[in-house]
Amino acid sequence: MTPNANGSPRTIDIVNRSLARRYLSERRFRMCGLAAITASLLFLCVLLFTIGKNGYTAFQQTVIRLDVHFDEEQFSSQDLNALDYQDLIRSSLQRLFPEVEDRSEQRMLRALVSSGAAFQLQESVAQDPSFIGKTIPLWFPASDEVDMVMKGHFKRTAPEEERPINDLQLQWIDRLAAENRIAFRFNKGFFTSGDSREPELAGIWGATTGSFFTLLVTLVLSFPIGVASAVYLEEFAPRNRLTDLIEVNINNLAAVPSIVFGLLGLSVFLNFFQMPRSAPVVGGLVLTLMTFPTIIIAGRAALKSVPPSIREAALGVGASKMQTVVHHVLPLAFPGILTGTIIGMARALGETAPLLMIGMVAFIVDIPRGFTDPSTALPVQIYLWADSPERAFVEKTSAAIMVLLAFMILMNSAAIYLRKRFERRW
Amino acid sequence: MEQALIRESTGRQSPTLVSRRVSRDNRQTVGDPFVADPRMTCRNVNVYYGDKRAIKNVSLDVGRNEVIAMIGPSGCGKSTFIRCLNRMNDTIEGCRVTGEITLDGQNIYDSGLDVVALRAQVGMVFQKPNPFPKSIYENIAYGPRIHGLVDSKAALDELVENSLKKAGLWDEVKDRLHEPGTGLSGGQQQRLCIARAIAVSPEVILMDEPCSALDPMATAIIEDLIDELRQHYSIVIVTHSMQQASRVSQRTAFFHLGDLIEVGATSQVFTNPLHELTEDYITGRFG
Repeated sequence: MTPNANGSPRTIDIVNRSLARRYLSERRFRMCGLAAITASLLFLCVLLFTIGKNGYTAFQQTVIRLDVHFDEEQFSSQDLNALDYQDLIRSSLQRLFPEVEDRSEQRMLRALVSSGAAFQLQESVAQDPSFIGKTIPLWFPASDEVDMVMKGHFKRTAPEEERPINDLQLQWIDRLAAENRIAFRFNKGFFTSGDSREPELAGIWGATTGSFFTLLVTLVLSFPIGVASAVYLEEFAPRNRLTDLIEVNINNLAAVPSIVFGLLGLSVFLNFFQMPRSAPVVGGLVLTLMTFPTIIIAGRAALKSVPPSIREAALGVGASKMQTVVHHVLPLAFPGILTGTIIGMARALGETAPLLMIGMVAFIVDIPRGFTDPSTALPVQIYLWADSPERAFVEKTSAAIMVLLAFMILMNSAAIYLRKRFERRW
Repeated sequence: MEQALIRESTGRQSPTLVSRRVSRDNRQTVGDPFVADPRMTCRNVNVYYGDKRAIKNVSLDVGRNEVIAMIGPSGCGKSTFIRCLNRMNDTIEGCRVTGEITLDGQNIYDSGLDVVALRAQVGMVFQKPNPFPKSIYENIAYGPRIHGLVDSKAALDELVENSLKKAGLWDEVKDRLHEPGTGLSGGQQQRLCIARAIAVSPEVILMDEPCSALDPMATAIIEDLIDELRQHYSIVIVTHSMQQASRVSQRTAFFHLGDLIEVGATSQVFTNPLHELTEDYITGRFG
């Protein structure tokens, strides 16, 4: 260390002494950040892995091949819909296992095939009447117990009384497998059918359409309300006590627990206005209450980020306030507003609690066809399935979560894409 | 007595060296703020930001076909003052203007006067070039279009071309009219903003430090342009550069802490100021 002419230590010496400490604290800070990101990624991976591991099997389904004999005499006179298709399945099984004569054993045998097989049979005959008079090999969904055994979710080695499937049924399954009468198929029904008490028949299409109608109502209502409020508050309203109060309330509204909105929907929309129960239109209204504060807040932030010089430029050439906003400010703020809207909609898509209160938690088999049909929504469907006792609903739950997450990822990527696409630099 | 004497001395138009300047304590305007046949007149204008009085009792005329420069140290109120001339201060929360400002004899703060119409007559160019993030063509066409100044595409094309020519930008951009205006250089952007202002054929153009963000070359081009524009418009320019004020303006107004201290012919103000504060400022003793 060489002191200065006047005896005090030189600045560079003091700086050098503290440098090591500064770099150390910088490294520490970076490590903390890295650790935080790693931890959150780890949790995310565990979550996604668990869901994926539990759920991927739901996209496959065990099917059993039966040779169905469409007896000409039986089909000749009667109405196709009035036939006992259950009996056709029964006799097909009987031919495969002629040695089973005991009534209770016969019942156990029938339990191997899903109860939906009869409906499937009815549909295929209606589609192709040329089946009549022939014996046709057809694939039918196995019951959920067989499905679980084939997918390895039930241990064959467990004591018989702890298994939903007994030794005799296991023998039959093995025999069917040996005859190549059991196979895995892509589970198309999961994406095309509504809810069902039978896990092998349950699908998410009903819940998906319900969610779609609900979100459509939410978007159509909350986007205009949100954007109009944001523009008015940000560009036109005077700053005074009243607007401050409104701002505080909007921020509050965005933070209110969603179940409260559900209760509000129940008492106002259902009880007072007598709107239909379990209907997407009511769900949409309730979710609108939840979503538009988010849109207002995002919209105001986006409007605020438009540089004031643009407003001055427009006013300077004589544009009116309204023209300034519509021609210049709003287009520049639009990507931000859009992002806020999509994020708000993604939140609405994942919302469960308020929908429980207005009856969208009901067990609904039919696919909703409109805004007033009873329906449920994807997250509620997940909740319903998670609550069901059958083992087969575990994988359905995870699969439904995967579908919901896929929609979320889709919406959020759309938000990012649109922002990048329309973002302007100035 | 002193005031009268000074007015007499400037009235003669030949700057005679004043031996005794007005003292620093005098906050009255010295020199002659009035002209014959003015385009705009300001009488006893006060501007308040909340309780703060930013402009104190200013009276000043803007003549026809002249460039009048506003100079003064930062925060002296010169920008605030020119923003009164097209009511740009209306957009600032808590800003209040009293007094009378007229354009061609009509009070612009009259309740019956439409501020949109006023701004079509009094254009403005800002400190930082602020083209719209649209094409060069759209930047110019926007004003005429919202005011309905043209009725055909051909007329609009012609107006855009003329405006760009007047702003001296045509040759540089004629092949890329449909590229974004924000892609131009700083000086070109500022000329684009000037072209945008003159496209609506205003009578007065306000320029708030138009060259402060530009390099000397671009500044020289804009100064030449201002001199040419004087043929058609009255120009009020705020500037921090005394050289610029002396180069482009015919009259100069010196502001200090909200007071209009001195107004006079530019040559006189810079060579032979009447007020001690003006002298302090132009000789670089403060500011």
